[in-house]
Amino acid sequence: MDNVKEAIRAHILAEYLPGESSANLKDDTPLRTSGVLDSMATLSLVTFVEETFGIAIEAHETGIDNFDRIEDIAALVQRKRSGQ
Amino acid sequence: MNLCRYLDASRQRFPSRVAVVDPSGRSLTYQALDDLSSRVAGFLIARGVQPGDRVGIIGPKSAEVVATLLGIMKAGAAYVPADYTAPSARNRLLLADCGVTAVFLDPGCAEIAGEWPTNQVPVVIELPGSGLEVFSPMVPWNAVAEHAPIAEPRLADADGLAYVLYTSGSTGVPKGVILTHRNATSFVDWCAAEFAPVESDRFSSHAPFHFDLSILDLYVPLKAGAELHLVSESAGKSPQELAAFIQDRRITCWYSTPSILSLLAQFGALETRDCGALRVVLFAGEVFPVKHLRAITERWPQASFYNLYGPTETNVCTFARIPLPIPSDRVAPYPIGEVCPYCQSLVLDTPGGTDVQPGDEGLLHIAGESLFQGYWNRPTADLFFERSGRRWYNTGDVVREVPGEGYVYVGRRDRMVKRRGYRIELGEIEKGLYQNERIREAAVISVPDPAAGVRIIAFLAPQPGERPSIIELKTFCARVLPAYMNPDVFSFVEKLPRTSTDKVDYQGLLRVHQPAGQPASSVS
Repeated sequence: MDNVKEAIRAHILAEYLPGESSANLKDDTPLRTSGVLDSMATLSLVTFVEETFGIAIEAHETGIDNFDRIEDIAALVQRKRSGQ
Repeated sequence: MNLCRYLDASRQRFPSRVAVVDPSGRSLTYQALDDLSSRVAGFLIARGVQPGDRVGIIGPKSAEVVATLLGIMKAGAAYVPADYTAPSARNRLLLADCGVTAVFLDPGCAEIAGEWPTNQVPVVIELPGSGLEVFSPMVPWNAVAEHAPIAEPRLADADGLAYVLYTSGSTGVPKGVILTHRNATSFVDWCAAEFAPVESDRFSSHAPFHFDLSILDLYVPLKAGAELHLVSESAGKSPQELAAFIQDRRITCWYSTPSILSLLAQFGALETRDCGALRVVLFAGEVFPVKHLRAITERWPQASFYNLYGPTETNVCTFARIPLPIPSDRVAPYPIGEVCPYCQSLVLDTPGGTDVQPGDEGLLHIAGESLFQGYWNRPTADLFFERSGRRWYNTGDVVREVPGEGYVYVGRRDRMVKRRGYRIELGEIEKGLYQNERIREAAVISVPDPAAGVRIIAFLAPQPGERPSIIELKTFCARVLPAYMNPDVFSFVEKLPRTSTDKVDYQGLLRVHQPAGQPASSVS
């Protein structure tokens, strides 16, 4: 689970927050509702998560429920991997 | 000619055909659209709205919103559509700028109604559909839809005001582009001749109504008696939902920015969709990367593809049909093409200057029937110049003419950029950043980006002892600026570089940004 969070954190920092310190991007930092990720950035983050973790994410799963915080994204990955 | 005449003619020919379909699938026939828009006009006239008044509208797209736009014009007034996803302070600024006497408002955007800055508080009418509670003194929608009288249209003449569209302004304040019925109908009539729409066509409406692409979406099908299918804000950003929408609604005419078509080509899973009903695909607003254009033309080989070009001030003024198939080795973007028949063009060395040699680069100037009247509340003296009995406008876009292809877009000399089809004055982002108390100086540049088109970079000199985090800055910008203006990169400097005349040295900032060993590229 921690590896999943770290991979997502590293990707968000590199792609959308260049120059930000990793300590500022916490597991519960709002991403969508704060403006860190816009709709275009979310699309490419979804693609990154699908490709990195070998899962398929449906369009209806890409809303704020699953994609507003790193811990929520990681939980979605976990559920998908365990086949729930 | 008044835009509402299209509705009247189509209602007479096809009263029971579907005119507009909501994102949810709910629809209005031509007769119902005509009746509802006449009630909107009846309500506005009864509440004292005068010919030439401006009436604001803020909310998600719906069939009722389309009826409202038409109803405002039937009352002889002009509509002012605002971006309901933008910060309410910005919307209040622009609605106050043009002095709206009434505002149609989604209750989800109610924040704007309570803090009106002028002593001219407009009548505020609820738009239906959000399910939120309406507050007093907001007029509920059923007072319009059920109780207002059906008014005899009070149509403006062809040179009367039809709508005001706000675009990004270089001083940080949005500018209201004033457009008449003639400005719009010259373009709509040409579209009808060029794309030959018929009543069995089904048009998409992807662009929001505050964006000038919506003029084609709203009025070309209205003239043809065709169906208009509205795309919701959320579906509009989801390529998979858009692909399903095009398939399920059997869309025949699509119009959007290249950004959206690029997303469809990359993430739309188009191989799983049947979009065979598409016969015309139009795009405008920015340069279309050829790689993605080729991909989408290969997915939809039955359709004709057109590049349309023009700032809000001229509406579409040039067009090019894309010859298919696109050769596999082509990388150069397609031209913006030849001038539309209701416009005239000049390519000059400086604003209002002398003609360049054929084939040389110069500033594209436009005259003609689609040319705007000026900006609301701003002087017109420096906007236009006269030559050969015509009034010319400098688009600020640098072009060159290529025999057989028309104009090729080269770039800009000023600080305006296009991102996702939206026009952005970099100065407006700077003004937003200066509202942050922890920032002493801000300067914003753009650099070309092969994937995203452009990247926006903000250089910031914080107040002594301050160092806001990038997450804080992103969050702050989302509060004060539209999402498409949020910078991609924040870079901290002790102080901004200055030229000898003490202006911000933007060329110097470009060199700072450019990684060592790469040639500095020009600001687009």
